[in-house]
Amino acid sequence: MINQIFFFYFSAVIVAMSLLAITRRNVMHGVLYMLLLFFHIAGLYLFLNAEFISAVQIIVYAGAIMVLFLFVIMLLNLREDIRKKQFLAIWPMGLLVSSGILMVILMSMLTIRIGASGIWGIAQIERVTQTAAVGTVLYTQYLFPFEVASLVLLVAIIGAVVLAKKRIK
Amino acid sequence: MIPLNWYMWLSGIVFCIGMFGFITRRNIIIMLLSTEIMFNGVNISLIALSHYLEDLAGQVMVFFIIAVAAAEAAIGLALVILLFRNKETVSVDDLNELRG
Repeated sequence: MINQIFFFYFSAVIVAMSLLAITRRNVMHGVLYMLLLFFHIAGLYLFLNAEFISAVQIIVYAGAIMVLFLFVIMLLNLREDIRKKQFLAIWPMGLLVSSGILMVILMSMLTIRIGASGIWGIAQIERVTQTAAVGTVLYTQYLFPFEVASLVLLVAIIGAVVLAKKRIK
Repeated sequence: MIPLNWYMWLSGIVFCIGMFGFITRRNIIIMLLSTEIMFNGVNISLIALSHYLEDLAGQVMVFFIIAVAAAEAAIGLALVILLFRNKETVSVDDLNELRG
């Protein structure tokens, strides 16, 4: 019962915050609503037995990515753009398309069945602790994708510096 | 106990809100924010499936998605700065120089 109350609270806030984030005229307000959205998603992860990902969500999403967005918005002078029209003229078409895809997703989830269980049940995770369990899977089974992810981040660092630096004449 | 369906519905709703924002807003920063909302919608479904299938592959995949999202945000915002330096706007409607 208490689980369901918390689920309804978190999901109501998540849906409301994501709706507010994409409809605000001022980009700064949108980013601050996104910050609240990320905190509530992290709270939802705690109920799903994913403490490590919940901490990563707060540190990386709320701490790093949103601060990057805030800094970029503060660097740009957006006073002109706030006065312009915010939505495309064909926004009802976008609403139609996205609600149609939403209908497909909702209907297809009605018949979902859970397959065979893996080895990482709650008892097993409790025995080795959650972060150790994630680390074991990450560094043995998914070692190569992990190395590729580090390469992706390296490319992003170099790309961001090369793109955003001023041309020296 | 919360059924798996509820989490999947929530993830679908969040994903579709992000998609609506991406295809209708003119502001390129809000479009980048909408891609982050879509990433988060997918992450909710992966974490929920990881919990209900008792397999940690979903959580590892969310870890990689967060790494890629950070890279995407860095590159995307660098492009926004470049765009603003050249065109003095973040509205995608004004970027019509390729139009014939």
